[in-house]
Amino acid sequence: MADERFDAIVVGAGPAGTAAAYTMARAGLKVALIERGEFPGAKNIFGGVLYRKQLEDLIPGWWKEAPLERKIVEQRLWVLAEDSAVTFGHRNQRYEDPPNCWTGLRVKFDPWFAGKAEQAGAVPIYETVVTGLLRAGERVRGVITDRDDGELEANVTIIADGVNSLLGKQLMVHREWRPDEVSLAVKEIIQLPRQTIQDRFNLEGDEGCTIEIIGNTCGMAGLGFLYTNTDTLSIGVGVMVSDLKKKRIKPYEVLDALKRHPMIARLIQGGEVKEYSGHLIPEGGFNSIPALCGDGWMICGDAAQLVNAVHREGTNLAITSGRLAGEAAIQAHQVGDFSARTLAAYDDAIRASFIYKDLKKYRHVHSLLANEDTQQLFDALPRALNEAAYEMLLVDGVPKRDKQRKAIRRLKEAAGGAYMDLIRLGLKGWRAMNG
Amino acid sequence: MLHLVVCIKQVPDSREIRIDPKTNTLIRQGVPAIVNYYDLHGLEEALRIKDRFGARVTVVTMGPPSADKALKQCISMGADEGVLVSDRAFAGADTLATSYVVAMTIRKAEELWGPVDIVFCGKQTLDGDTGQVGPGVACRLDLEQLTYVEKVESLNLERREIIVHRHLEDGVERVRARLPVLITALAELNEPRRASLPGVLRAARYRPIVWTTNDFPDLDRSKIGLRGSPTIVSKTWVPEPRAITTEYISGDTLQAAAEALVDRLFESPLAEKLGWVQGVRS
Repeated sequence: MADERFDAIVVGAGPAGTAAAYTMARAGLKVALIERGEFPGAKNIFGGVLYRKQLEDLIPGWWKEAPLERKIVEQRLWVLAEDSAVTFGHRNQRYEDPPNCWTGLRVKFDPWFAGKAEQAGAVPIYETVVTGLLRAGERVRGVITDRDDGELEANVTIIADGVNSLLGKQLMVHREWRPDEVSLAVKEIIQLPRQTIQDRFNLEGDEGCTIEIIGNTCGMAGLGFLYTNTDTLSIGVGVMVSDLKKKRIKPYEVLDALKRHPMIARLIQGGEVKEYSGHLIPEGGFNSIPALCGDGWMICGDAAQLVNAVHREGTNLAITSGRLAGEAAIQAHQVGDFSARTLAAYDDAIRASFIYKDLKKYRHVHSLLANEDTQQLFDALPRALNEAAYEMLLVDGVPKRDKQRKAIRRLKEAAGGAYMDLIRLGLKGWRAMNG
Repeated sequence: MLHLVVCIKQVPDSREIRIDPKTNTLIRQGVPAIVNYYDLHGLEEALRIKDRFGARVTVVTMGPPSADKALKQCISMGADEGVLVSDRAFAGADTLATSYVVAMTIRKAEELWGPVDIVFCGKQTLDGDTGQVGPGVACRLDLEQLTYVEKVESLNLERREIIVHRHLEDGVERVRARLPVLITALAELNEPRRASLPGVLRAARYRPIVWTTNDFPDLDRSKIGLRGSPTIVSKTWVPEPRAITTEYISGDTLQAAAEALVDRLFESPLAEKLGWVQGVRS
């Protein structure tokens, strides 16, 4: 065992853990930040969007010094059928200043962020796996690592070890995720000349755009994305693991199908694939959030299922939950009590925050996706929408009224055949998104 | 107490290195920096001697300020002190100028922490591949040089004697030498240890000692940096990838296909080159 004792140990130097470590170190607590990767970010991936607001609460003006890719001025939504797309989008000059979000790469962002925590005084312990928790009855009193003399003690342990939280399972706050609670996302980084990206996506300078994609995911519940980085593109798709299992389709086949779509093939044409990665995304939402704290411990970020799958926000929730856990630890440190009762301040803070409210709002989305026919939602409806658009815009002498009827009929059929099916699905969807 | 000095270099990880097709130079940007692989074997051997006999282990390196990370890694494994020699004036050094500065650094370390008994170097660096700095340092410090060492058989402190095995092209040479010596390490020498948790904690807070040209009053400025480096790189090139045509050999049965393959191989220049003898088959 190391002779040294810390005020707090943070397990995992991703956005959640680093935010917690930074918050506590800045307040003068003695913090150890443990990361299994060779350096923070080495093992981490995300789709690629970082928002200004939540990190600004922690580091004002952070985006002026952080390594970021492109400032997002336009967000597009594409509904794909096999060889067509219905597109929506919003571009606004007001996103120029102050920016709303940026594309980023974790391999650059995470080391920068962890560097801030180190500068604030957190002691980095990298390339180190936490294999277990030191317990005294119910109380967590530190961690066990895979290094020699690898036990380390602290008053409080903050668990931010990601979606497959080894420690969360040891604490029995969550079981193995069910296949319908997690998505598997695969992503490629494709290199293209900077100017080519700007020309193809109608961008200038450091402007960027994001495209979210529905449909063309081999009939499974999932979303695709295509984001512009400085001189690369991030393209990927996340699909629910239960669907992959059911359809016996491999994740990269879904991505390959997406890349072959005529709308997308032209955007990535000539690019060189630099990186291929895959990661689980917790998507159980509100109903899968575990107990957030106990005697001597708190849990945050992906490990606590704090991901808003509908709005592709994860990093945001991670950073905020890490900060709130850090703040609760500071309070506990001040009163010298690290029991579950004191640390419940973290749970209260999460409940009062946007995290809880947003996840609560979408709490029925998960069961909608789990129970409805995903083929219908993610394949038949996008197709019908494309067909309807095609019919409506095709000038072929058919009266417009007939065209309209035909378009509505297509959507109706895709929803199940009756008007009631279309209405039921619409209502269900509305409730899921607003419940 | 024994004083062991380990010379290390921070190098780009050669597993991830790429070459700029236009300039034919290494693209260092974005390539992770690691401690030269062979140097870690030198460090491990020093630490094993420390574990057994007790010793002070000093690690020295010349490089940019970012090389302090390499020294911290050595500290985490158990080295006592890390010295970074860093100055713009040292930049552009070839192996001659580098060995001069490293030798000066070791002399200065001797003034501070006592005369050196063994200097460890890697057999060569991953980025330079010359294997010249170790012998250069041995010459300048008048140390017995034991290059390409794959095993330290024994160390007798009373007689100040060391027996090592040198792995040479045509065999292994068992050599007895009197301390002080300089050893250049092969990968076969040992398996570098993983740092303990207390080691990592110490390294996280450790600030390496930094020496600039100002710390060397006797430094001969004509012998350092680009000026002290007579090596001229006249040309670099990337070997052209060789185009190889793949031939598919088929047959009605597996046996027939295998027979056809063997016949085809015997017809090829490969058979003559490798000295295959026809007739061994049946």
